[in-house]
Amino acid sequence: MVTSLRLLHLYPDLLNLYGDRGNIITLKRRCQWRNIELAITEASLGDKVDFANIDLVFMGGGSDREQTLLFQDFKEHKGPALVEATEEGLPLLSVCGGYQLLGQYYKTHDGDEMPGLGLFDAWTEAGESRLIGNVIAQVPMLGGKTTLVGFENHSGRTYLGSSQSTTALAKVLRGHGNNGQDKSEGAVYKNALGTYLHGPILPKNPALADWLLSKALERRFGSSQIDSLPDCWEQKAHQAIIKRFS
Amino acid sequence: MFPSPRLLTALWVGKVAISINRHIGHGGTSLPGMVGRKIAPQVLSTLASQLKKGAIVVTGTNGKTTTSKMIAAIMEKGGLTLTHNRAGANLISGITTAFIHSASAGGQLKSDLGIIEVDEATVPPLTKEVKPRVLVVTNFFRDQLDRFGELDKTVDLVNGAIQKLPPQSTIILNADDPLVASLGAKYTGRVIYYGIESRSYGNREMTQSAETRFCRLCGHSLDYDWYFFGQLGHYRCHHCGFQRPRPHITIGDISLKGEDGSSFYVETQENRWLINLSTPGFYNIYNALAAVAVAWHTKVADQAIRLGLEGYKTNFGRMERLEIGEGRKAFLALIKNPTGCDEVIRTITQNEGPKRLLIMIQDNAADGRDISWLWDADFESLEKVASQLQSLTTSGLRGEDMALRLTYAGLPVQQIEHKANIDEAIRSTIKATKTGETLYILPTYTALLAAKTTLTRLGYSSKYWEE
Repeated sequence: MVTSLRLLHLYPDLLNLYGDRGNIITLKRRCQWRNIELAITEASLGDKVDFANIDLVFMGGGSDREQTLLFQDFKEHKGPALVEATEEGLPLLSVCGGYQLLGQYYKTHDGDEMPGLGLFDAWTEAGESRLIGNVIAQVPMLGGKTTLVGFENHSGRTYLGSSQSTTALAKVLRGHGNNGQDKSEGAVYKNALGTYLHGPILPKNPALADWLLSKALERRFGSSQIDSLPDCWEQKAHQAIIKRFS
Repeated sequence: MFPSPRLLTALWVGKVAISINRHIGHGGTSLPGMVGRKIAPQVLSTLASQLKKGAIVVTGTNGKTTTSKMIAAIMEKGGLTLTHNRAGANLISGITTAFIHSASAGGQLKSDLGIIEVDEATVPPLTKEVKPRVLVVTNFFRDQLDRFGELDKTVDLVNGAIQKLPPQSTIILNADDPLVASLGAKYTGRVIYYGIESRSYGNREMTQSAETRFCRLCGHSLDYDWYFFGQLGHYRCHHCGFQRPRPHITIGDISLKGEDGSSFYVETQENRWLINLSTPGFYNIYNALAAVAVAWHTKVADQAIRLGLEGYKTNFGRMERLEIGEGRKAFLALIKNPTGCDEVIRTITQNEGPKRLLIMIQDNAADGRDISWLWDADFESLEKVASQLQSLTTSGLRGEDMALRLTYAGLPVQQIEHKANIDEAIRSTIKATKTGETLYILPTYTALLAAKTTLTRLGYSSKYWEE
């Protein structure tokens, strides 16, 4: 029997900054190399989604203008159902703008608060300058000293709330992360991840890609068993960043 | 005009810096201008105001170097003398260097016409100092986003500068790029649109990732009935009525001749020019069209247009042909963003013969620190020529990232080789290229500069600052 998983790519035509489609390419290949079929569906403005048929969700970031375009659609239609599914363990990766939309609110320069979906206990405030550059961080949930490398480019500063349910994805060793102050990077709530890291994030962090896939497999088939891959260039590219920037 | 002592000092110091740079065999062209501007901030505006026939300013993400050089080739055939930042240093200091170099020691500029290639974000400060006679905008794609934040902001920057131009300036815009064409909507001076009518190339469906398919004026999605590449095509917005402007100057028939270039007709209501271009790549047809639009507007003789473009050779790493010995071919093609890179990949896959690939990726400031665009480019297309690939080498500071990208594009992982050192990578791949094979070298900007140094040493390329 062929194992198959279904990935939903949310708003691929609007949230497509900084090579984030590389994350989809990565998940697709890593499944293919293990004889897992990964069916990819896309949903944008006006499209209906039945999350019961979805095993994994990806949401990237977009420009301010494009995020404004989809805000209404996400808030009223897909967002609430997505939150409900993640409560039940649906794995999700959200990057940058997608991550911000899933927090409690976004506070603009003028002090207006745009409500988010409230999946993560986190809020974002517009910042004066952009936080740009290479990031190295440690991810406790991947065990030991597993590092995460990526490239951040954001002006929003995200702060995690005090509830224990949302935790930081990683501890920043180099770069800015969520807000440039508290050394936190990204957020985890159940199997949902938020991060500021582009690069894109998954190709050079295969352990994180496999974490998402094993959560999806576990939820669908009851077993998180996943074959290991050689990860030759994945490790070389990862280590090259560690060597140059730490 | 009698130049001030301060201006003369700036000029002389700048000239000395230029000559030192060249003497040490370094093509760096920003420093002399930077030093000159420190001494006399008005050095550029004072020199540029002496241009008898004004300045042609060219901006846009892709094609600005090639378009400027094509304009220069035409203008030189038309008998004009030029001040032109040929080496592609397109920030304000590099542009200033070109003017310092062109001026006499007494502070007089002898050239007739300025041709200035300028980085998009530098358009506002440049147009404050140099009032353009003509401003050309070629296209807007994602490029070095970490400097600008987002593409929208880049378009806004250029738009802001255009609204402040003196009324006698003409803007020449690519009608096929909705982001560029939208710039003409509010400009009160003369606007000339150029675009391709011929549908002998392109698709009814979008095949590549486009920058934006949304109307800049109202935010609704645009409807296309033809795509050339990226978001370039024939489009309209059914919501607000914005649509591709009818071009004043167009291209009818195109015949693409692979590596040998192309021939096509450029047409206005009254004129028709047959152009033979030896430079390959569909995107170069757009560059030639923009150059003809400038020549037509400034009333250059037909003969000069035809001869200028026919004599134009690709240079400075824009699908530049390198002579590496009998029966062996090599091309050098700058890659810096997904759309430009996809066109280069398309040209490579059109060649049926055995080939080698050397891709050199760096993330220095001039390359853009963020290399995530590699994942937006269509390296997957290389899979269909995988059996023709004799070797696949990556190099540069981000060579491992490139190797990883190729792995995920479906190319055989055991065939991919990384050589960190650019000099060594070039020497060894040229050496490995056999008779009948074609080597494609694809560098980002600073890798291109390094490649040029090696190629010059090997005797395969002219010194780029003399081109």
